[in-house]
Amino acid sequence: MSPNGGKKLVVYLMAGPGTPELAQAAVEAGADAIEFGIPFSDPLADGPVIRRAGERALAQGMRPGRCLEQLADIRARVDVPLIPMTYASILEAYGWDRFAADASAAGATSLIVVDLPADDQPDLRRVQLVAPTSTDERLRAAAEATDGWLYVVTVTGTTGARAELAPTLAPLAERVRRLTDVPLYAGFGISTPGHARAAAELVDGVVVGSKAVETAEEGPGALAAFVGSLRAALD
Amino acid sequence: MTATRTFGTYGGRYVPETLIPALDELERGWREAQADPAFRAELDDLLATYAGRPTPLTRAGRFAPAKRLYLKREDLLHTGAHKLNNALGQVVLARRLGKQRILAETGAGQHGVATATVCARFGLQCVVYMGSEDMRRQKPNVERMRLLGAEVVPVEFGTRTLKEATSEAIRDWIANVEDSYYLIGSCVGPSPYPEIVRELQRVIGREAREQILAAEGRLPDAVVACVGGGSNAIGAFYDFIPDEDVRLVGVEAAGAASLGTGRPGVLHGARSSVLADDDGQIVDAHSISAGLDYPGVGPEHAWLRDSGRAHYVTATDADALAAFHRLCATEGIVPALESSHALARALDLDAELIVVCLSGRGDKDLAEVPAR
Repeated sequence: MSPNGGKKLVVYLMAGPGTPELAQAAVEAGADAIEFGIPFSDPLADGPVIRRAGERALAQGMRPGRCLEQLADIRARVDVPLIPMTYASILEAYGWDRFAADASAAGATSLIVVDLPADDQPDLRRVQLVAPTSTDERLRAAAEATDGWLYVVTVTGTTGARAELAPTLAPLAERVRRLTDVPLYAGFGISTPGHARAAAELVDGVVVGSKAVETAEEGPGALAAFVGSLRAALD
Repeated sequence: MTATRTFGTYGGRYVPETLIPALDELERGWREAQADPAFRAELDDLLATYAGRPTPLTRAGRFAPAKRLYLKREDLLHTGAHKLNNALGQVVLARRLGKQRILAETGAGQHGVATATVCARFGLQCVVYMGSEDMRRQKPNVERMRLLGAEVVPVEFGTRTLKEATSEAIRDWIANVEDSYYLIGSCVGPSPYPEIVRELQRVIGREAREQILAAEGRLPDAVVACVGGGSNAIGAFYDFIPDEDVRLVGVEAAGAASLGTGRPGVLHGARSSVLADDDGQIVDAHSISAGLDYPGVGPEHAWLRDSGRAHYVTATDADALAAFHRLCATEGIVPALESSHALARALDLDAELIVVCLSGRGDKDLAEVPAR
């Protein structure tokens, strides 16, 4: 989708009143896809920045139904993949199949359920995650089951900005690459243009979450500038 | 694989991928340990010579004059609660897996103390996550953990209680999974933890069954235990499950009745009955007893509830306090506020011969209990 370079940039945004406008700004500044956070009260995979953003979103009444309305709003504004990201408890309550159908109707491209292992709910099409701790057997199963691309978690840890790109990414990317041809997008701990550039040498795309959420708090202009700097680093 | 949902539709492994290989490793290690007589022998020796097992079964004749009510005295175990059964077993397992750093969450502080104790005993690093609200109301246990060499990490967000402490312990585990062992304190969490904790707590019911047969020549009409996450209850119940005439009664705090008023949901890695809203967001529990102040419960209890084999009732803060004072005054035993919930419902239970699991002692609760 990117006009040049070919490396993909996925920007994570938490649902909130200003998110459609933010998503539009991010796409106009060069994001190739938007990962759209539907908040959960107990997000085990998330570090402080996204956890707090989720708390705010819940306080603002961002219930799953409203999140899907917002997703439709974003879909009306942009023409890139939109990927809701949430937790199993939300889908358990909403209904697994019903959620998949409603999200798709709202314009979702796929889905990420960060605490749902690949072998649970096998019929639910979603982007699978792999981590530095994944065995080759699990890498292969995730690659076979995944929907479009594989989310390569760079670190053993939760989401959140880090000073350096994790040294665990390179060996993991190499292991996955040997097992599959699906596109690999790296995420968790990628927060600067330098991280993005370094990661893009190893994989096909990057996901920027906590730092994007933090920057989005300063408004669409700040987010656009940040996304633009990531785009420039990737191209 | 739904095969990992050990308890009907409950259980499972709802955790980030990073942890799944560690759970596989834990499961392999646990199966090997169970098949190894040396594991059982080491644990039995520790339980006998370090923890103080078997614990007695005490008739509480003045507490319940109209019944034959017996207390299974887990309050007399080293560290003052049943939690040590589990902490000892899991630390022996952690050593077999070669882990040097032990992580735990704690609510009332009893599991934290038990974990700090076994880590001191084996020279392991110990990090305990505890909600700042619980640190306030269970101060003596915070001091005990620190004396024992544990690092107690306050959790300052959300409910500031056991729910958030558990989430933070799991986040630490995600970040340090290669060298750390997560020593979960109750029969909750991703598979195989609920099974491991049950097997390590089964000793309560196994002993109680033998002891009541020796004392009364028959099985009890009912076994009663308090339920937060549910580890003392599953341990007390388990060996009585095949005895179909023995009623199994779990007592939840009225403000934290995950089984009584909860719905199917996912919390801390398992599908179980949880306190959640229509959207699946976990809602706050409330109890005067920090150990019961948790919006989830072990998946096996949800399964026992659905199958009808166990029944779950509630006790209010006031019910528990009344039973607390009554046991102090009539038997000279200061029970934990958690266990006081079980005592309250046992008193008015329509049954003659009753075993109550007195899961812990109440010294830690004195600051929370209004004097009478």
